[in-house]
Amino acid sequence: MTATTTAQRVFTDGATAIVRGALAAGCDFFAGYPITPASSILMMMLQNLPTRGGIGIQGEDEISSIGMCIGAAMAGSRVMTATSGPGISLYSENIGLAVMGEVPLVIVDVQRLGPSTGAATTTAQGDVQFVRWGTGGGYPVIALAPSTVAECYTLTMRAFDLAERFRCPVFLLVDKELALTMRTVDAAGFVDAPVRPRPIVDPAAADPPAEYLYEPAGGVVPMQLYGGKHPVRFTGSTHDEQAFITKNPAVVGALNEHLIHKISDHVAEIAMTRADPEDGARTLLLSYGVTAGSMRDAVAAAREAGVKVAALTVQSLWPVPETAIREAGAGVERVVVAELNPGLYAREIERVLADIEVVGVARTDGRLIPPAELIELIV
Amino acid sequence: MSTPISLTPYPTLRNEREYPFCPGCGHGSVLDSLNEALVRLELAPHEVVIVSDIGCSGLSDQYFTTSAFHGLHGRSITYATGIKLSRPELNVIVIMGDGGTGIGGAHLLAAARRNIGITVLVLNNFNFGMTGGQHSTTTPVGFVTPTTPGGNLENPLDICATVGVNGAAYAYRGTNFDADIADRMAEGIATAGFALLDVWDLCTAYFVPNNKFSRRKIDQTMEALGLDSGVLYRRERPEFAAEYRRQAADHHAGLQVEVVAPAPAARLERRFHFVVAGSAGGRVRSAARLVAAAAMRAGWWSAQRDDYPITVKTGPSVSEVIVSAEEINYSGIDQPDVLVIVSEDGLGKSAAFLENMTSDGTVCLAAGLPLPETAAQLYTIDPAASDPPIARASRALAMVGHAVARTGVVPFDIFEDVAGQGAFGAKNLDLVAAGVALAET
Repeated sequence: MTATTTAQRVFTDGATAIVRGALAAGCDFFAGYPITPASSILMMMLQNLPTRGGIGIQGEDEISSIGMCIGAAMAGSRVMTATSGPGISLYSENIGLAVMGEVPLVIVDVQRLGPSTGAATTTAQGDVQFVRWGTGGGYPVIALAPSTVAECYTLTMRAFDLAERFRCPVFLLVDKELALTMRTVDAAGFVDAPVRPRPIVDPAAADPPAEYLYEPAGGVVPMQLYGGKHPVRFTGSTHDEQAFITKNPAVVGALNEHLIHKISDHVAEIAMTRADPEDGARTLLLSYGVTAGSMRDAVAAAREAGVKVAALTVQSLWPVPETAIREAGAGVERVVVAELNPGLYAREIERVLADIEVVGVARTDGRLIPPAELIELIV
Repeated sequence: MSTPISLTPYPTLRNEREYPFCPGCGHGSVLDSLNEALVRLELAPHEVVIVSDIGCSGLSDQYFTTSAFHGLHGRSITYATGIKLSRPELNVIVIMGDGGTGIGGAHLLAAARRNIGITVLVLNNFNFGMTGGQHSTTTPVGFVTPTTPGGNLENPLDICATVGVNGAAYAYRGTNFDADIADRMAEGIATAGFALLDVWDLCTAYFVPNNKFSRRKIDQTMEALGLDSGVLYRRERPEFAAEYRRQAADHHAGLQVEVVAPAPAARLERRFHFVVAGSAGGRVRSAARLVAAAAMRAGWWSAQRDDYPITVKTGPSVSEVIVSAEEINYSGIDQPDVLVIVSEDGLGKSAAFLENMTSDGTVCLAAGLPLPETAAQLYTIDPAASDPPIARASRALAMVGHAVARTGVVPFDIFEDVAGQGAFGAKNLDLVAAGVALAET
């Protein structure tokens, strides 16, 4: 064994960690359009993919960027794109296409303050509900929210694993502060997440199965990719298992139930949280993303002052990890939900912990939530 | 004359499905011609991806045994580009209507400029046949549709010229009645770069009855618009996907992440906040970065948060550095311990900091700026009075050097060591020394 490297520290930011995580996960195709504060991911990907045999391209707009990613994914590439809130608006229709066509796709959303153009260089967490409901139909997607620079690396890898496993868009929700503020990070914190091989049909198969499979609903259906020895069909219209357009209610119902169940039946597998319980705590602090950093400082300060408090960092925002939230909320009187938006995720907590007082700390002025504000709300 | 024996392994790439098109619609004959072209090129179904757009033409992929991609309206070219980039050996053919050239106009233009090796067939029937015959980018002036009841007022798009003057390798205009249309399609598909065929045909559901349109009138309209038919553009240019791979072979950009093995940490009593407020273009961020780097070298943790306008060279630039004995979770600064105000821009962004600071804090202000109100200890230095005067873009570093020496936020020898590294190391050290030498005014 060589000497341990745990003492090594790097000065880096979340954007760099995301790029490193993507490359470690085998991402070999990236398309994006310049937008603050996501542009550094675009630049790093375009500068680093060619040396590794990958493809990185700047699209003529956001729509083409996600479109190229979807096309490349169907041809076998591991794809990622990155943008900010206004870009997610332009991705919207293609997010639906990726849901319908069951395309593995990692979408990084570096959130900035909105609405509209808002403030490009100011942080926020305002896209929390938007990424979940941002395309027509209301069908589920997965969204992860790293809360540290090191988690940016690990959860990017996790996002690829989930995208490949569930064949759906996976959002990585970060924000300007986490993506672009440089921090000292313990190098040992960059932990690889396992990225399972993409389930595919043998490209050399002479007699492949149908492109899609709706029974049993929610099952993992191996992908068929362009470029093998058999033709492959893909469509964004309601379709049968051979990807031919149909309006037959029995088939369409089975298709859409499959799209729902492949996420809803696997919430436990997707769920990621970091619980920090304390016996006798009457208050649970709950947060995610960069705001979880404020929460961790608040917890440390409160405990040092002899105040009992529990905390939960939600890393998988969608689907909502209800079991972990219920466990963390068991026995407390109050849940404080801290977030940089008008209180968007607090409504999920109100739904899951319906019998407990939920106090939202909802900041919309572009500043981070100081730990002291959270400490004041501990009972 | 003997019939030649066909050696083509795939006598047809049509499947058994019947076309869904209206009687008299030209789309079926265009697809027959495409099939003829694919057979002539001896392509196997798995070697071809037909990417269809939306509208009547968007149904087309379902009548072939090839691979297929049916996506969103106007975006077919983007999926085709992604497929081609990922798998350059595939023959990627887009089938779109004239409607797609409007909503997807940016993609049409970009594909031609890139010269991405896909083939686009535009089934151009001058209106939106699937949604009720509304006017499109190619409806000629004066023609009647449900959305141009008084006659169309917009000039029709010259699709071939649009791609042709912007880098396409091949552009052809014709009609589905042309005898050589299958040959031209084969020619387009065999072209390494971007090829487009603008194929005019009849929409018997709407455009024909609304305008008493006919096969003869297609030709007359083309002539009246002054548009030529045939192969209009042919150009030798590197194809994008191949060129990208060629260029990548000599490309060297590695992702650099600096690893610092920290020295044993000296004692740090508490978290320390150091803020530099100056102007964009004034190297505020790089000056602050040296403080953060020195802190790391000293074995502490640091964070640097930069606030700047979206403009790069004008307006304020504020860098907030946190130095801590522990990992930094909350990266906000409400109350600086040291605030270096380099310029008027910086002063303008410092109001909240100045208000929050206590008598324990230190404000280092560039001479000539109005003296702000603050409880902190305020002193002024004048970088312009140095001999030689310190240039505007270098004042942040000189003042930061002064403030580090004065406050000891990080050990000065380590700060100097960090500042002296790299291509600008010698110049940085001169500036730091000049800053330290500045007397309080």
